[in-house]
Amino acid sequence: MGAQFWLIQIFNGISYGALLFLVGSGLSLIFGVMRIVNLAHGSYFLLGGYVALSVIWATGSWVLSIPVAAVSIAILGLAMERVFLRPLGFDPLRQVLLTVGFAFLFQQAALDIWSGNPFDIDPPDELTRSIVVGGLHLPMYRIFMIGVALAIGLTLWLVMEKTRLGAAIRATVDDAQMARGVGINTSLISTLIFGLGAFLAALGGVIGGAFLGVYPGLDFEILPLAFAVVIIGGMGSLGGAAIGALVVGLADNFGKALFPEVAYFTLYAPMALILAVRPTGLFGRE
Amino acid sequence: MSMTRPQGKVLAVAAVLVGIALIVPHTNSFVILLTTRALAFSILVMSVDLLLGFTGLASMGQAAYLGIGAYLTAILATRYHIGLGDDFWLVVALAMLGSAALAAFFGLLAMRASGVYFLMITLALGQCVWGLAYRWNSLTGGDNGINLSQRPRFFGIDFSHGVTFFYLVFALFAISLLLMGTLVRSPFGRSLVGIRERELRMKILGYNTWLHKYIAFVIAGAFGGLSGVLWVHTAGIVSTDDVVLTTSVDALLMVVLGGAGTLFGGVLGAGVVFFVREYLSTLVHWWQYVLGAIYVLVILYLPGGLMSIPQRLRQGRAAPRAAAAGALATASTASSPARGAG
Repeated sequence: MGAQFWLIQIFNGISYGALLFLVGSGLSLIFGVMRIVNLAHGSYFLLGGYVALSVIWATGSWVLSIPVAAVSIAILGLAMERVFLRPLGFDPLRQVLLTVGFAFLFQQAALDIWSGNPFDIDPPDELTRSIVVGGLHLPMYRIFMIGVALAIGLTLWLVMEKTRLGAAIRATVDDAQMARGVGINTSLISTLIFGLGAFLAALGGVIGGAFLGVYPGLDFEILPLAFAVVIIGGMGSLGGAAIGALVVGLADNFGKALFPEVAYFTLYAPMALILAVRPTGLFGRE
Repeated sequence: MSMTRPQGKVLAVAAVLVGIALIVPHTNSFVILLTTRALAFSILVMSVDLLLGFTGLASMGQAAYLGIGAYLTAILATRYHIGLGDDFWLVVALAMLGSAALAAFFGLLAMRASGVYFLMITLALGQCVWGLAYRWNSLTGGDNGINLSQRPRFFGIDFSHGVTFFYLVFALFAISLLLMGTLVRSPFGRSLVGIRERELRMKILGYNTWLHKYIAFVIAGAFGGLSGVLWVHTAGIVSTDDVVLTTSVDALLMVVLGGAGTLFGGVLGAGVVFFVREYLSTLVHWWQYVLGAIYVLVILYLPGGLMSIPQRLRQGRAAPRAAAAGALATASTASSPARGAG
């Protein structure tokens, strides 16, 4: 195990973290604004991958599949929030359970439409090469994943910190009741954030499709990882989600490489401990 | 609760149980196996209701305790040949103690959080157990799990036969229902409901609410272990599927489907889910839509679950919304973190 091994593992961990950031940041924002845990978030990830596959089969265009998948799943998320979660009002437990009901419905729909076979999303050839940096072979695709996450993260950060809408969202995360009191339309913000979360998860699903594959059951495999991101980072915090994603990406990668027998344990045990010590996560606001 | 006389409820439940015990053995082996599975799992579901319905704690990691019971049974039986004779009861005791011990440890961590945070921390703890089961191949068989080739034989009875094993599971299920039923009606159980309704008030009244919740968590864990012993003997295999997140979610949803805070509601919920999943699925391929739709509709329109239907019918149109203040609604308001702040 030379320096090469460590550098490659770190690179792999960071690129996996980039993917997890896409799933985790949406989940975190949804929690921050609505105080609910969206258990259908993994379904958005999986459905994003499936929709992208359909687009690729129909048009042959991988580039086109990314926005189509992300936008259509975002619409699905918007509709779910407006039509089903909204009428429950402020009742987190029932809302959480409702999202599970939807996760099961989406699972069946995916089975019916895309069969139970595992698929891979093939990116264009330019992204399948690897480049050599300092003697290390780095796959272009993983660099691309990091780039996408950086771009998305930066955009979200700018919107959250520099715009009026971002200020309204932050106010809603901090104290929804007070935000309503000063005239912020928190209901609209909830819907928007839900749609944004679905958009990001689906984007992750498309990009992760080349890397994890697209198969039944992926939804509930990615969900706990997204939770780990949110919990380590703190719920409702964008910067926290970025750090959480890095930690989980690296922990998962090193856990599997160094302690294969207890790999997942090394991931979830710290998550439970963090929750026990600081229930709002490491970087969450009280 | 106040609308129905408890005696009437108990009689109705007893009648249903006697009905199951009398009718099921005369049906075919498929129905017997299906009922046995549902009853074994129902013990776990009732333990979830003990937490959700009576204490206001939404746990999303109860499959861990079923897993401890199931893996312990399978490992002892296949490696050491323990638990297949009269020492079956030793394994039952060990499984319940083992999962209670795990719950006692996990509870120390989980009890620090409440509401949605409790849900998340129990999820993380459940995933720890899943992660070990999945990766620790030498102990758990990993993805393949452990096959259990025979069922126990004791008191001169061979439980490998479907009907005799059904009676065993039924008996242990009935005892569990009785024990948990007695528990929730005891002063301890009433204090749990008090904590669910308003923890601060109970604290001011001098109750050690932490200890109450902790004990409830440990007891629920022990019953989860019992459920696991029966579950693995019913299926003949234990694998990571039994400790995966969706198993915990299933148990939680069955409680909500039947009606949280009713104990028997979860059993009804389990019955419906097992029927749809294992019987309807042999007939139609779109069974999962049925299951998903049942969940969504019950959560949206029947917050009190299936058990609230008689009460709703009695109330008729006079107060259609009154029943909405069912056990689930109260459980969720008690467990919502922002309610205290807001």
